[in-house]
Amino acid sequence: MLLIGGVLIYLGIAKKMEPLLLVPIGFGIMLINLPLGGLMDYELQIPNTTGMPAKVISIEVDETSKFRENDVILRLDSGEVLAPVGGRIKEFTVSPGQEVEPGEVMAVLITTAQTPLPTKPAGLLSRIFQYGIMWQIIPPLIFLCLGALTDFGPMIANPRTLLLGAAAQFGVYFAFFAALATNFFMPEGFTIAEAASIGIIGGAEGPTTIYVTSLLAPHIIGATAVACYSYMALVPIIQPPIINLLTTKKERAIYMKPQLREVATREKILFPVISAVIIILFVPMSAPLIGCFMVGNLFMTCGVTDRLSKTSQTALIDILTIFLTLAIGATMSADNFLQPKTLMVLVLGVVAFATATAAGVLMAKLMNLFSKEKINPMIGAAGVSAVPMAARVVQVMGQKENPRNFLLMHAMGPNVAGAIGAAIAGGVFLGMIG
Amino acid sequence: MAQETIEVPITGKILKVNVNVGDEVKEGDVLCLLESMKMENPILAPVNGTITQVGITVEQTVQPGAIVAIIEY
Repeated sequence: MLLIGGVLIYLGIAKKMEPLLLVPIGFGIMLINLPLGGLMDYELQIPNTTGMPAKVISIEVDETSKFRENDVILRLDSGEVLAPVGGRIKEFTVSPGQEVEPGEVMAVLITTAQTPLPTKPAGLLSRIFQYGIMWQIIPPLIFLCLGALTDFGPMIANPRTLLLGAAAQFGVYFAFFAALATNFFMPEGFTIAEAASIGIIGGAEGPTTIYVTSLLAPHIIGATAVACYSYMALVPIIQPPIINLLTTKKERAIYMKPQLREVATREKILFPVISAVIIILFVPMSAPLIGCFMVGNLFMTCGVTDRLSKTSQTALIDILTIFLTLAIGATMSADNFLQPKTLMVLVLGVVAFATATAAGVLMAKLMNLFSKEKINPMIGAAGVSAVPMAARVVQVMGQKENPRNFLLMHAMGPNVAGAIGAAIAGGVFLGMIG
Repeated sequence: MAQETIEVPITGKILKVNVNVGDEVKEGDVLCLLESMKMENPILAPVNGTITQVGITVEQTVQPGAIVAIIEY
């Protein structure tokens, strides 16, 4: 795991792949995998749950040694007390021969496992993870900052690009079902909650992925976050072969006039307000993400909250990114990450991105059957909302096929629409499964 | 001889101008670099020909429709 952390740091610094994300994630991985650092420790109290007074017969584990889940840690006269999770003992509050009342705490364990048990964070990064991510505070606030950085102008100028952003979310659902299908050929396939957390990688939105995974399957949050952020950086490698496969040279050279219609300031102000109301009425569980996204966008567009907008675009997003990425990296301990399922998550993440790209392109081709003014189908690939990387890929490919073409603004429409689509997809999963 | 006018496609700032009047260019050559949406965007020559006019300078903020260059071919 130290090597994996080092690789991510190398990719961030030397290859400039999402450095703001991969450098702290990589370092978080290294920190958590150095023994006894305590950064990701959680405390768990072990009470007498027999419902009646009991007598301690013996203590089976030293305060310094580690134990696994279901190892015997105490013997009472009424039976054995098993460790509910692997870890080490912080302290025993009882001694052999002592009577313990029902509910009285007998021992305090330290664990680094992500568990639904009532643990209390006891380390620097476990506190940031628990109170920032598991309490669903940091991801929606990062989405607020992204809203302040997003220009919905190209999408408002050409509303049919909403369809392309929506089509790209097909990748989310395809990966969801592909993850569920693992139950047919793996002894331990993915649960519905895990499959949803994997599927949402296809939305290509880091905060959305982390938000959904923290609620549905927090034990794989490291894998899904790394997959999402890494593949967002690899969009220039993942997308072009798929675009080339699904389009002809003539289609890729379709000229689109570079200038979209002028979008009025009033439209840019009304859009976040109206869309937040409509989307949240239909998909209530998307409220934290969509609500924050749109209020951040309103800060930018309304013209009277420049200080809030500037802070969201700069200091706030940087601070939140530091907390988020260090904490995410710290979830990737060796015993948690080095599992066959982690590799499957990474594979399915690519599947999600690839099918999202394909779906966007195919939707654009379908729209061309009914449109007088043809769309260059490549802009459908920008529905994968790795903003602005996917739009940039389309721009570069477009110029290569036709030097007259300048597709960037046309691609930004589906690119930002995809961000909304990803948040909605996340809300749908949470509503159905959460 | 025919002329091709290359215009600025989106609002941005000119970072670099690669051509001068009289230069021979080929289709796909980079005429200039335009910074927009935090990206460097090359503006390409759509045809082979000779530059007869350059309408932009480095550090200039440009609006859509402004002339980048005219190529005679």
